[in-house]
This record gives sequence, C-alpha cells and structure tokens, in this order.
Amino acid sequence: MQVFKDILDTVFSDVGVFDAVCVTFQLAFGATFLSSVLGIILGLLLERVRFAGKRIVVRINRTLMGVPPVVIGLVVYMILMRRGPLGRLNMLFTVRGMILAQVLIITPIICGMTYTSLISRAPAIRTFAKTMGAGPVQTQWLVIRELKKELYFAVITGFGRSISEVGAVMLVGGNIKGHTRTMTTTISLLKSQGIFTEGLTLGVLLLIMAFIIQSLADFFQRGEKTDENY
Amino acid sequence: MKKQRQLLAMILAASMLAVCVTGCGGKEDPAPEETPAEVSEETPEESAGEEAEVPEETSDETAAPAEKKGVLMMATTTSTADTGLLDYLAPIFLADTGWELQWSAVGTGEALKMGENGDVDIVLVHAKASEEEFVAGGFGVERFQVMYNDFVVVGPTEPVAPTDDIETLFKTIQEDQLTFVSRGDDSGTDKKEKGIWKKLEIDPSENPNYLESGQGMGATITMADEKGAYCLTDRGTWLKMKTDADVELQLDILCEGASDLLNQYGIIAVSPEKYPELNNEAANDMIEWICSEEVQELIGNYGVDQYGEALFTPNANE
Repeated sequence: MQVFKDILDTVFSDVGVFDAVCVTFQLAFGATFLSSVLGIILGLLLERVRFAGKRIVVRINRTLMGVPPVVIGLVVYMILMRRGPLGRLNMLFTVRGMILAQVLIITPIICGMTYTSLISRAPAIRTFAKTMGAGPVQTQWLVIRELKKELYFAVITGFGRSISEVGAVMLVGGNIKGHTRTMTTTISLLKSQGIFTEGLTLGVLLLIMAFIIQSLADFFQRGEKTDENY
Repeated sequence: MKKQRQLLAMILAASMLAVCVTGCGGKEDPAPEETPAEVSEETPEESAGEEAEVPEETSDETAAPAEKKGVLMMATTTSTADTGLLDYLAPIFLADTGWELQWSAVGTGEALKMGENGDVDIVLVHAKASEEEFVAGGFGVERFQVMYNDFVVVGPTEPVAPTDDIETLFKTIQEDQLTFVSRGDDSGTDKKEKGIWKKLEIDPSENPNYLESGQGMGATITMADEKGAYCLTDRGTWLKMKTDADVELQLDILCEGASDLLNQYGIIAVSPEKYPELNNEAANDMIEWICSEEVQELIGNYGVDQYGEALFTPNANE
C-alpha cells in the first residue's frame, strides 16, 4: 500500500491523490451496496404491488433516474448543514454524508432498471414457476435468479455512476484534502489550478481502475455461470 | 391506433433530432454567414476571430447601443467576478470603447495558464510574483497595477479575540490546533495564506484541524462557517457573502489592516507576438481604459452604496 502511495505522490502534485483514491472506492462501494439493496427491493415491490397512482410513481422514478447530482447535492447539503434539519448529526463534509447523497442519486437508477427488466420477464417466469408447483417465496427467488444478469447490469451502472459523479460529492463532501476529496473532485481541483495533464492522468487512472473492477466482476459472474449448466 | 402512436413517436424523435442538428449547427453557422458582410468593415480588427464566434448569436439579441467592434476575452480571478465588479464595468467598457468584455473567472493559477495557452486576450489577477514570471516568460506584454483590496481573517470570536496582529493570530491557531479552512487550490488567496505561514516558519499541515477545501472563496467561507473555523478571505467576497448569503454567516472579521494582507491586482495583455490571433487591440484599449481616472474613480466607489464600504481601492496611477 505504501509503495502505491509513494508512486502516486511522485506522479501527482501535492493534492492528496492516494487518499482521494481510497475515498473514491470507499464511497463507490458503500453507495453502490446500499443503493443496490434499496433499489432492488424497491424495484421488486414496485413490480409486485399494485396500488393507485402506480403509473405516476413509475414516471417519477424514471424522472429521478436522470436527476442532476448537483441538485441532490444541494438538497442533502441543506438538510445536513449546521442549521439544517439534520445538522446535529454532523454529517456534512464527511464520507457518510457523501454516501447518503449518492444513495439518493443511484437508488432510483437501480430501482428503475430492476423494475423495467421485471415487467418484461417476470410474468413468464412466474407462470412457469406456478406450473412447476413452486410456492410464492420459491417463485420470487426464481425470478431474482433468472434476472441475475439484468440486476448485475443495474448494479454495475450504479457503480459507474458513483465513481464518475462529481457535483454532489463536491457540495456535500466539500473536497477536503485527505478526508472527502475524491478522484473526480481532485480532477476538478487540478483543472482549476491549470494542471491539465495531471488531471487527465488521474482520469485515465480512474478508468483503468473501473476497468479492473469490471473485469473482476465479470470473472466472478462467469464462474457462477459455468456451475449452472445452462 | 398503434400505427398512430408509432407515427407520433417517430415525429417526436425526428423533431428532437432536428432540434439537435439545427441547434448545434446554429452555433457554428452564423459566423460564416455573417462574416462576408462584416469582413469588409472588420478586416483591420479581424483578430477577434475565433472568440467572436460564440458571442455573435447572443449579442444579436441584446443589440448593444454602441457600435460593437468585437469581443475581449479575459481570464480573471473569482474575486473580481464574485463581487460583481466586472458585471458593473463591462457595459460601461462596451459603451466607451465598443468592445464587449467576456470573462472566465477562475483561480489565479488557471487564469495565467489560460493566458499562457493563448486562450484569452488579457488577464486580470492578483499574485504579483506569478504575474512577473508570466511577463518574463514572454507570455504577457507588461503588467499594470490596477487596484487592490485587502484580505481579512474571519472566524468565530471565541476563543480568539479580534486583533490586528496577523502573526499572533496564526500562531495561536497553530498552537491551539484550531480549525482552519484553506483554499488549497493555488489561487492568489491561497498563495497569500501560504506566504504568511511560510514567513512565520510554521508548517500548517502539522495542525490536524487544518483543512484544504480545494474550492473557490465562497464555498470555502461557507465551509468555515459550517465548521466554526477560521479562514483567510479577500474582503470583497467576504462582504458580499455576509450580505447576500441565504444562511446568515456566524463568522466575524478577526484580523484586518495588517500590511501582510494587501491584495494587489495587475492586468496584463497576452503577448500578440506569441499569439497573433488574439485581440491585442482590445486588450490595450482595456488597459488604457481601466487605468484612466474616471474608471479608477468608478472602481473606488463600487460597492459603497450596497455594502457600506468600497470593495476595491484603485491605485493605477500611483
């Protein structure tokens, strides 16, 4: 780890790149995990439960899938600030606050994608399960298993959104060196200092890391697939 | 019914596409269309060239009363833009000289970088050493001093009482490990702050409560306010934030008036030898105009009626 830190410190000027990398992944994993749990559960519920005004809810969900992060950032900032409703929690300018903001951004995306894949495929799977005499819990489990790829895709999309996001983390995190500075806000800072090449290098580094994680995830997914004799 | 829907969807998609195509084209097309007509009168000052493209469409709507000769692109610090000084000066500059002033408000470091890259015609910044380097490097023609404002240290009045001794204040902050929010973005203000620490031979990063926001002045003040921390700011941004911010700031000025806290602005035309395509004529007009007595007086009076005190002190003719 120390070697990695030394390499980064020699390549980049004194903007705390190593810490930024750590914060970025802490944030991305935290936010993606929470949003996946929330988003998939909400998506399943949305598909399963019938209620008045469901179409509106779905439409709102679709709108929120494209909500500008900076708006969410502002809202979360105003909630968390010292004189805001949750000011006592002292969560402004912390990674927890940033995770909260990102969960609000990513959950609708995962929820919307889950819901969309469910409505197109779940009915057929359910009919199949019913004819095979499966109980409700087994049926639901089968639906999730059958839609594994779609759900995986939704989670990966959420992850990508998290590591690429800059608007909300800048506002809520405050880009504090060593604490809440992420790779994207570092790039923004480097740009404001006129150090374009380092910003670009860091951008490439971010993409490479995303690629590695993507490859790992793919690897594990493929591993599972061979077990299952399709 | 289904066919109708399909048709509707296609029309919608087609219209979106059309908007995209014409919208994007619109930005590029007007220039070639308009240039033939305008070239005849504009050839001498054609240097405006590329910069003129962008504003062309917007300015057609606003239709300035004075005959517009072209655009002067300036890179400046956030303080001149955040205080509204440029918004105030730009229309007067247009009326007096016929040049439309456009600016990009960034940190001093980036502003000078934009000058070095030939992206702007002129820079208005406040970090004397870097400015002189910029001129020495052949990127700028000559540095003219324009005005100054001063820095103040703001923070909670407890536990440190207001003082005019910046050195004791900074030492106390360091020794008592009080929270201090630094810009940390290599801007003029940041350089000023680092300079004071350096002069006192203190390494602020040894203070665990020394934070670097890496953001602009306004965001940094807000952060200091949230954290009940100290920060160094230019007076202009401070006054404006204190007056205009939605959430009333709880901080007060803790230190002002020290000679270390002076903030001198300089204006430099980007070298036309390095970048002949730049609008050097407008840049020279700008320098002459902003250093003239009337404009200097305007600068000296700016902000008095709104904030009760002047934000900048002109000193071009000293």
